[in-house]
Amino acid sequence: MDDAAPLIAVTDLAMRFYRPRSVVDRLTGRPGRIVHALNGVSFTVTRGETLGVVGESGCGKSTLARCLVRLHRPEAGHIAYGGIDVLRLAGTERRAYHRRVQMVFQDPYSSLNPRMTVRQTLAEAIAFHDLRAGAEIGKRVEELLELVRLPSDAAGRYPHEFSGGQRQRIGIARALAVEPECLIADELVSALDVSVQAQIVNLLLELQGRLGLTVLFIAHDLRLVRHISHRVAVMYLGAIVELAETEMLFTRPAHPYTAALLKAAPEMDPGRRSVIDAVRGELPSPLAIPAGCPFHPRCPYVMARCRVERPPLTDREPGHIAACHLEPGRKL
Amino acid sequence: MSGEAGEALLSVRNLRVAFGSPQHPLLAVDGVDFDVGPGEVLGIAGESGSGKSVTLRSILRLIHAPGRVSGQVLWRGRDLLALPEEELRRVRGGEIGVIFQEPMTALNPVLSVGLQIRENLKEHTRLDAAGRRKRAIELMDHVGIPAAQSRLEDYPHQFSGGMRQRAMIAIALASNPQLLLADEPTTALDVTIQDQILKLILRLRSEMNMSVILVTHDLGVIAQTCDRLAVMYAGRLAETGPVAALFRQPRHAYTLGLLNSVPRAGQLRQPLASIPGQPPLLSRLPRGCAFAPRCGFVLSACREAPPPLVEVAPDHRSACLAHQAVAKA
Repeated sequence: MDDAAPLIAVTDLAMRFYRPRSVVDRLTGRPGRIVHALNGVSFTVTRGETLGVVGESGCGKSTLARCLVRLHRPEAGHIAYGGIDVLRLAGTERRAYHRRVQMVFQDPYSSLNPRMTVRQTLAEAIAFHDLRAGAEIGKRVEELLELVRLPSDAAGRYPHEFSGGQRQRIGIARALAVEPECLIADELVSALDVSVQAQIVNLLLELQGRLGLTVLFIAHDLRLVRHISHRVAVMYLGAIVELAETEMLFTRPAHPYTAALLKAAPEMDPGRRSVIDAVRGELPSPLAIPAGCPFHPRCPYVMARCRVERPPLTDREPGHIAACHLEPGRKL
Repeated sequence: MSGEAGEALLSVRNLRVAFGSPQHPLLAVDGVDFDVGPGEVLGIAGESGSGKSVTLRSILRLIHAPGRVSGQVLWRGRDLLALPEEELRRVRGGEIGVIFQEPMTALNPVLSVGLQIRENLKEHTRLDAAGRRKRAIELMDHVGIPAAQSRLEDYPHQFSGGMRQRAMIAIALASNPQLLLADEPTTALDVTIQDQILKLILRLRSEMNMSVILVTHDLGVIAQTCDRLAVMYAGRLAETGPVAALFRQPRHAYTLGLLNSVPRAGQLRQPLASIPGQPPLLSRLPRGCAFAPRCGFVLSACREAPPPLVEVAPDHRSACLAHQAVAKA
């Protein structure tokens, strides 16, 4: 494969969830309500890159992750992985895709089988994909534990015997057991204490360097995303509103929502405090996305056009796109 | 802590909270001392299991058996831990208000928000029914709930997360408290809503000249809202002092480690200075300083006995034997 070609190319991905109709809905003939989780999401990820995805609850970032590993089947759009159409894969090809793209979940306690020892969990993944002959599996389990810096006696223990940070290491080891090329990390460290978060971030950076992994890092913590991503996509109500190289996005945000997120994130410097709200209003429900630009009810720069016409993603500078009607280059 | 003893509104002395059996007590809070001055915002920071929430709850005796609380909580000259239940009821929810992390579990799901505010007004004010209704609307308006009058009879599930937290604040404010205890009030909220709620708390603090104790694990929240900070580790105070001084020059190895664990701008993809290991279990605390096994500044004396909290700079106290080395790091 050509190195410059993207490893993952997502085009116009759309996903809706249908809420069951309540009795009242049926009696009054009201249609069932629809959650618009993804409304036409497009982006690419190149090999070895870390793409950060940020946004608040309900923005669709977890739905996006789940579509990528086919836990959800999107209604429209394409996902190409190394040129292959992911959504059409079946049988052994689909199995091969799942080996190459692995997901690590936020809560390793609910994603690891509590009745299986660490050895059993790791060995199952290795055996399922026939990656090692029976006798060599034990050795591979030891290698994996060493890779994520767990003591070798961890293999015989159960998930509940570990702390949160250690369990997250097991979750990472489980994903790495099948020698993937790409990790989808959904809120990988959100449940962990700050000091342990830093350990897991360091581990991820190190593993990425050693194994050449491509990472999609989904999180709500802007500081963390800025620290580890090459590029960052900002999502709002099921759509990407801005995507840029990390430092461009954090120093020259082109979308008022990105600017508001940056202002709202509490700064670590007690000498720099603000007294005005970074953004007014509530997050609208994904059940009823505002017409036009979805951010317009909260936007301090709103214009008449924003209420009716949804802005497309357009170029701002090389490597920087945003979906906003404001003239490019305006300081936010 | 804040200068003369006479200025403090609340003084906590030698607070201890033990769980477990009397033969094998687990000290969730072990000998904690702090003061809160009038109008002051005190932050209590620490990781999970550090005892920060238990400390906050024991101020109003919200710790239930088998938890055992000892020490003194002096509130305007009276010891809340020794007060008869009847008198404590006037303080709890009255002079001292509380808000919690999860408004959905802290609010009563089968009573309307307006009724829950009026309940508190009935308990702690002399307003009549009409006056209570009027005041409830005022309070909802004051905490930024739009169209307060029409939302009075709405139930908690009809509010969004941020609005529920505002409703809980309105209930706490109904009695005109002089002190607000806030236990991770924004942890469950999105960052733009967190920002609004923290600014609301700060605005109310100045308008009502209320003191606040804010428990959080987020150092950014501390930096943006608190005047003073107490850092807890394994049930003990590691360091206390003014927020600006503590962030500029931490004097405890644990505080330094925490601050360094947070990613800073301009260090793209560099390894973070993490703290090795993990917080100790209360059942297996080391004999000396609880942080010693993870500490890069550890001295042999650290392993002997828990270091006392001593003044290391004006109004700045640390329980770290290596505080001078930490200050230079």
